[in-house]
Amino acid sequence: MTPAAIVEQPTPRATVPRVAARAGLRPWVLVGASTVVAIVLALPLVFLLIEAYGSGLTTVWHLIFRSLTATLLWNTVQLTAVVTVLCAVIGIAAAWFVERTDLPGRRLWGALLVIPLAIPDFVVSFGWASLSTSVAGFRGAVLVMTLAVYPLIYLPVAASFRNADPGQEEAARSLGVGRLKTFWRITLGQARGAILGGCLLVALIMLSEYGAFEILGYQTFTTEIFTEFNIAFNVQAAAALSLVLVALSLLVLTGETAARGRVRVSRAGPLSQRRIPPHRLGHLTVPVLAGFTVFVGLTLGVPIGASVYWMLEGGRALLSGVSLLSALWHTAAYSAPAAVLATVMALPVALLAIRYPGRAHQVLERSTYLVLAMPSLIAFAFSYFSERYVNGFGYQTAPMLVLAYAILFFPLALVAVRASVAQAPVSLEEVARSLGRRQLIVFCRVTLPLLAPGLAAAFCLVFLSAVTELTATLILIPTGVQTLSTQFWAYETNLSYAQAAPFALVIIAIAAVPSYILGRFFDGLPSRAVVAT
Amino acid sequence: MLLAVAVALPALVLAASGGAAPAGGGSITLYNGQHEQTTDSLVTGFEKATGITVNVRSDDEDTLADEIVLEGSHSPADVIYTENSPALEYLQEKGLLAPVDGSTLAQTPSKYNSPQDDWVGISARVSVLIYNPSLITKSELPTHVLQLADPRYKGKLAFAAGETDFQPIVTSVARTYGQAAALKWLEGIKSNAGSHVYPDNETIADEVNRGAAAFGVVNQYYWYRMEAELGSGHIHSKITYFAPRDPGYVLGISGAAVLKSSRNQAAAQKFLAFMVSRQGQEIIAHSISFEYPIADGVKTAAPEAPFDELEPNGITIPELGDGSAAIALLRKAGLL
Repeated sequence: MTPAAIVEQPTPRATVPRVAARAGLRPWVLVGASTVVAIVLALPLVFLLIEAYGSGLTTVWHLIFRSLTATLLWNTVQLTAVVTVLCAVIGIAAAWFVERTDLPGRRLWGALLVIPLAIPDFVVSFGWASLSTSVAGFRGAVLVMTLAVYPLIYLPVAASFRNADPGQEEAARSLGVGRLKTFWRITLGQARGAILGGCLLVALIMLSEYGAFEILGYQTFTTEIFTEFNIAFNVQAAAALSLVLVALSLLVLTGETAARGRVRVSRAGPLSQRRIPPHRLGHLTVPVLAGFTVFVGLTLGVPIGASVYWMLEGGRALLSGVSLLSALWHTAAYSAPAAVLATVMALPVALLAIRYPGRAHQVLERSTYLVLAMPSLIAFAFSYFSERYVNGFGYQTAPMLVLAYAILFFPLALVAVRASVAQAPVSLEEVARSLGRRQLIVFCRVTLPLLAPGLAAAFCLVFLSAVTELTATLILIPTGVQTLSTQFWAYETNLSYAQAAPFALVIIAIAAVPSYILGRFFDGLPSRAVVAT
Repeated sequence: MLLAVAVALPALVLAASGGAAPAGGGSITLYNGQHEQTTDSLVTGFEKATGITVNVRSDDEDTLADEIVLEGSHSPADVIYTENSPALEYLQEKGLLAPVDGSTLAQTPSKYNSPQDDWVGISARVSVLIYNPSLITKSELPTHVLQLADPRYKGKLAFAAGETDFQPIVTSVARTYGQAAALKWLEGIKSNAGSHVYPDNETIADEVNRGAAAFGVVNQYYWYRMEAELGSGHIHSKITYFAPRDPGYVLGISGAAVLKSSRNQAAAQKFLAFMVSRQGQEIIAHSISFEYPIADGVKTAAPEAPFDELEPNGITIPELGDGSAAIALLRKAGLL
């Protein structure tokens, strides 16, 4: 069915949010599955507590309460706050222009705006740092991280804008509410969950980023923890420091939960799924296009340009390493299953959190976000757990790396799936069930297709993140194997920029594929929603 | 589409999970804490000479040492190759190293080997000052290690607290001047470095070369490697030494050991023997390693100061120890 045909459908009734609304699956299935997921996700945290406990309270106390901690806290907190706000402003503005206006080439912009997510933060960092030595410290970190992670807000907000019920905006406008107020109250209100979810991800990633800050010479808690791991021969001490980081992320989580409130965004039934009339940019088209061009130049042009520059610059090929093809193959073979796994894990948690809202379920869902704050710990926890308790089972094997990725990026999958679940009308499933369909069939035939965009977005997000992951990969990668990012790192840290550059470019190039799929899935949403009925 | 991917991919993972397949001559796993420039050519030479495949896992030497301690009796590693002696001494103290073949130890001066014969020295490196002449002249540079903490270098000094190459210097200063003085000295360094705190010596070399900081302390080979990589047209820095026998003028030893837990003892010992053999030492002498070979009669082909003209202080391997005292000091100073 074409979008035009959909637009002509009669206006349906709105779905009223109901707490007791039934999902395609029984709640105990969801609760069970979610609990398993939560337990898997909590493993690193449990490890952390055991290690911190094992190092003794006095040690923990001394490590936490020293002069360095204050500096690190201030550095970490101010950077997290500034970057999160900047990313929110940029992400919302970009999403609005792409999804809600007649901006020329919006699908192309949509793809270009997502790609920075696939450029590793340390490549962005390296790109800028190699341009100018003045990109360093706090200001350097703000610049680099904003440009690197804003897609985490752009993506969910764009999906939300795209799928939002246009009727509410129209109603507001017809009731005489001004444009700005409509945008503020309705448009942003509808996207509130997506915005907060994105901000949460950005804040947690700021807490956990390592490589980029090392290059920029900006000390945060995570860089210090990593140094501790690498230098101090003392895992317990690093685990103790990680406690502070976990406490910080708990603060962020609590803040986000409070801001989110209990509002559930809903929209009219799927039959109202129609193209939202775009705002006309008119004479603003050229300045906005110019703005987009400059912005994409900064986000993509600089890291890609720096890589191309170093490649052309040449220099002697001093190091031997694995071939691009071998690295590419291993990168894909680890990242894709991780993306599937994370998406599958996110599904029950998202369904439970949205369809059966309750305090316990909410806590369960929220707690899964903690993993984002401790990426390196997850890797170390896996190694340690394997060696200490299961006699080295799975140690330095591919499945362990895949599982670590899935845990590490689970929150990304959750944000995407959640946004979709929140907007999928329960009524469709109820109709199907009232027609005598069995639960599993309803789940497969109705629920899943309705969530397809979210699932696809989740897959792509996790895949992109796994492709660009470095720190956990360095620790868990099977011996004798290199991924694109580890081989890049090996060259980059040895100043073999000319050899590192092709690996950076290939990472960026394969990122275009999931971005394209991401765009396609969102474009295919209306017809899918209708077919599902 | 997603379903197809979900079904197909576990198969892919299984296919991708293996490392390099062992060749006819068997294989060993090398935990490599040395710079890959140094290791690569040695491994290639060894594989050619013996037909034994070497699976290399590269990481920071301290990280690898920690991994080995954790892995204990079922460590996948057969050989560990480190940049500095403290990481090997640390493993030696834990009783995780197997004795090195006497014939291998005989190849290098005994003062550069494990006092307990548990590891063998492979190459030597020496600390230098790297500086950017457009930001600081040679005469303005410190000649004495304690001067690094002099307030006149505020904002000029680049420093890498997490670099294992710096720990021997800390140990040397503490041994010469005592713990209290060493701590004060580190605090001065911290204040001088300000925002020029970098992750490693490669970054120090790069930042000084590009003019982000005026000078720093690295090992000599970083500068030669940087020159080899970037080409002399891109080199805007120089190196110089501390005063002869200054506590900051430290000669470090890079070495290798066979793990007690190795199930490939013979092949692992062969690798050590190869590294100190004439052929192995010539590889170090002529490769882009730029470290000093230490076997008798092999001299570096690099355009650097000849090994026997260096004038480092006399700190010994046992005195350098396992590095834990240096780490404790760095931590006390708030650098770690």
